[in-house]
Amino acid sequence: MLNVNSCALFLCVVFGCFSLSSCDRILPGAPADEELLDGPVEGLTSSQMLEFLRGDAAFNEEVFTAETGLGPLFVATSCVSCHAGDGKGHPFTTLTRFGQSDGSGNQFLHKGAPQLQNRALPGFVPEQIPVGATSAKFMPPANTGLGFLAALTDAQILAGVDPNDGDGDGISGVPNYISPPGFFLPQWFHQEINDRYVGRFGKKAAAIDLLHQTVNAYNQDMGITSTFSPFDTYSGLEIDPEVSNQTVHDVVFYLRTLKAPKRRKENDAQVILGKGIFNQLQCGSCHKAEWTTPASDIAALSNKTFYPYTDLLLHDMGSGLNDGYTEGSALASEWKTPPLWGIGLSKKSQGGQYFLLHDGRAKSLEEAILLHGGEAAASKNAYQQLSSQDQQRIIQFLESL
Amino acid sequence: MKITPLLFGLFLIALPAKAQTDTVPLVLHMDAVYTRPFLKIEKLPLSIGGYVEANTRYSGSDGVSEGLSFQMPRMTLFVSSTLHHRMKFLSEIEFEEGGKEINIEFASLDVEFHPLVNFRGGVIMNPIGSFNQNHDGPKWEFVDRPLSSTTIIPSTWSNVGLGIYGKLAKNQWVWAYEGYLSNGFDDKIISNSENRTWLPAAKTNENRFEESFNGVPLVTLKSAMKHRKIGEVGISWMGGVYNAFEIDGVPIDAKRRVDLLALDFHSNSLPWKSSVNAEWVWALIDVPETYTQQFGSKQKGGFVDIVVPLHRCSVLGWKNSTLNGVFRMEYTDYNVGKFKETMESIHDEVLSFTPGISFRPSSQTVFRINYRFLSQTDIFGNGPSYTAHVLIGCSTYF
Repeated sequence: MLNVNSCALFLCVVFGCFSLSSCDRILPGAPADEELLDGPVEGLTSSQMLEFLRGDAAFNEEVFTAETGLGPLFVATSCVSCHAGDGKGHPFTTLTRFGQSDGSGNQFLHKGAPQLQNRALPGFVPEQIPVGATSAKFMPPANTGLGFLAALTDAQILAGVDPNDGDGDGISGVPNYISPPGFFLPQWFHQEINDRYVGRFGKKAAAIDLLHQTVNAYNQDMGITSTFSPFDTYSGLEIDPEVSNQTVHDVVFYLRTLKAPKRRKENDAQVILGKGIFNQLQCGSCHKAEWTTPASDIAALSNKTFYPYTDLLLHDMGSGLNDGYTEGSALASEWKTPPLWGIGLSKKSQGGQYFLLHDGRAKSLEEAILLHGGEAAASKNAYQQLSSQDQQRIIQFLESL
Repeated sequence: MKITPLLFGLFLIALPAKAQTDTVPLVLHMDAVYTRPFLKIEKLPLSIGGYVEANTRYSGSDGVSEGLSFQMPRMTLFVSSTLHHRMKFLSEIEFEEGGKEINIEFASLDVEFHPLVNFRGGVIMNPIGSFNQNHDGPKWEFVDRPLSSTTIIPSTWSNVGLGIYGKLAKNQWVWAYEGYLSNGFDDKIISNSENRTWLPAAKTNENRFEESFNGVPLVTLKSAMKHRKIGEVGISWMGGVYNAFEIDGVPIDAKRRVDLLALDFHSNSLPWKSSVNAEWVWALIDVPETYTQQFGSKQKGGFVDIVVPLHRCSVLGWKNSTLNGVFRMEYTDYNVGKFKETMESIHDEVLSFTPGISFRPSSQTVFRINYRFLSQTDIFGNGPSYTAHVLIGCSTYF
């Protein structure tokens, strides 16, 4: 016959088994979907989801070392180092570009331009900005929703071009015309204009598509060569590929199929009022809210209406944001309108604070607004004339994106 | 580094101590490797023993469940032999993860000269902190090993080397020391797929037991003091050069050091016959200024275990079995410092709590139920992400 102690032991075993059967309830729950930037777009097939997961692993888990090809000069050791949670970067991961001050091209390519590799493996010396070269710092952008932007046609983007401000609204967006790299394969939605194509990714819109952006990031940020970009940034020599074509394509697919950021407090009365004021101040002239994709090879991206708040065009942002450096056909004072979607979640990837604008100089949404100049000066001035309550409504609207 | 002067120095440190006056020295935590239960088979010159650990794990992180796993993280065999008078051999061979890894964790020849000065050589277990030498599963009320003891101190951390050890006991007090020269770390500690300074990466060097990575020995020193009615406190240091600073005599880099300083405390003298185990470690790593701050030059971390006997009884024929309430708190910071760009703190921290229950039918066998909760931030302080494990397992000497 069992005694009390035996019963207690039996109860412990039963308790243990019960714990296992009900432990989902005591495991940490998932953050709300709208609070996360990462995750796949809805509607992927099983095979597409597998490719997404392969890209996810390459992007978020693969860390390069000296043995696997890192550097010897580099900026970061992995993709996720610069894009934590697929969000914006941090001043620690800011890129420095140098060597081009106008549309005539980069004059310092022979000295390591366009990107400064400011870190090095032990025994190597990082690059320095050459004397006479202008430079600018670029904060890594969020990755979310890139596939929707990539799916748009050049014709859709060019429809917003107004180089001479023909409509008299003070806004004159222009595209950045980029000479394509050798591996670029034009799609039906690209338009060739004098051997160049419309750029749409990067602070200066210098990358034509996500393969272009990804290959450059492997090579320029991590010192990883591929068959697409086989030249080592340190020696300048063509070397064996350090990342496979399959991995590059997986990462591109991952970036194409990351979901668009979801709105938060969209129906809040203050947010709705803020949206109205945002439009009233003509902010939407550059930060174009709504787009619709054409048919895409990924069904989940086909014929979707989405809200990135960008026109993907370059605008003169005034002398305050002119760092004297540029890319492609852009002027040094011109910057691509950055998408605003997900901006309210930026702090979640930037260590709990904002680092906004192209180099992270703005520490708040209001500071970012006030640093606008050039074509955006009128909107900024109008913002300054608002009551503090209306200013706060705009901030609340931006935080809801 | 000149080996002879260092050994001579250790000898000089030991000399001023008076000879042992207690013929039955107290056992210290740092003696754990040498005081394991062995089975002596009649007429055989060997004693054998070992332990095994097995557990189930149900894990989840931020709403994503890893499901239920069954694990046998390790089975270890001990073999010891008294070769001659004052000479003995001890070894520990570990089969990890079902035999995926087979490691000689310990295999040393001890020669006893004097209680205060004895020689040990072979594969020695570097006496840094308390867990490294005291890592046998059946001794712990927790399924998982402490984070700081496995990821800052890369327990179980053993190397080929030699050194001296000794002990002095008087009345209620025992003082002991160990000092070794051994092979050490390599540059994988700042070049690895963990994307952080990671001392355990040096354990992947398969040549570690054949040659030093850079020809400079790793020095490990430990001293511990114990009072029978209070407890035991230990201080230990381990340091050496981790990088290959020259190849074929050609200098390629500065000599870069890794140093660990650890404090440990153990007591069985708390109220309600409770016990406490604690360890804290600081690591300093000379990471090149031009490398990335992703790899920290300072790390710190530690743990505190509290074990409270709830019920002592005889159950199912197991006399003196014990039911314990247990709690562990641990913290690690893998990158202590500030970003050069913002002068704000670098994070990369883990905070963990583990409440649980353990049942010991005897001192050599333990059944454990743990709930382990971890909160982790990345280097920017993003997050935290939350992970939890429900763990049920057992570990026993055999």
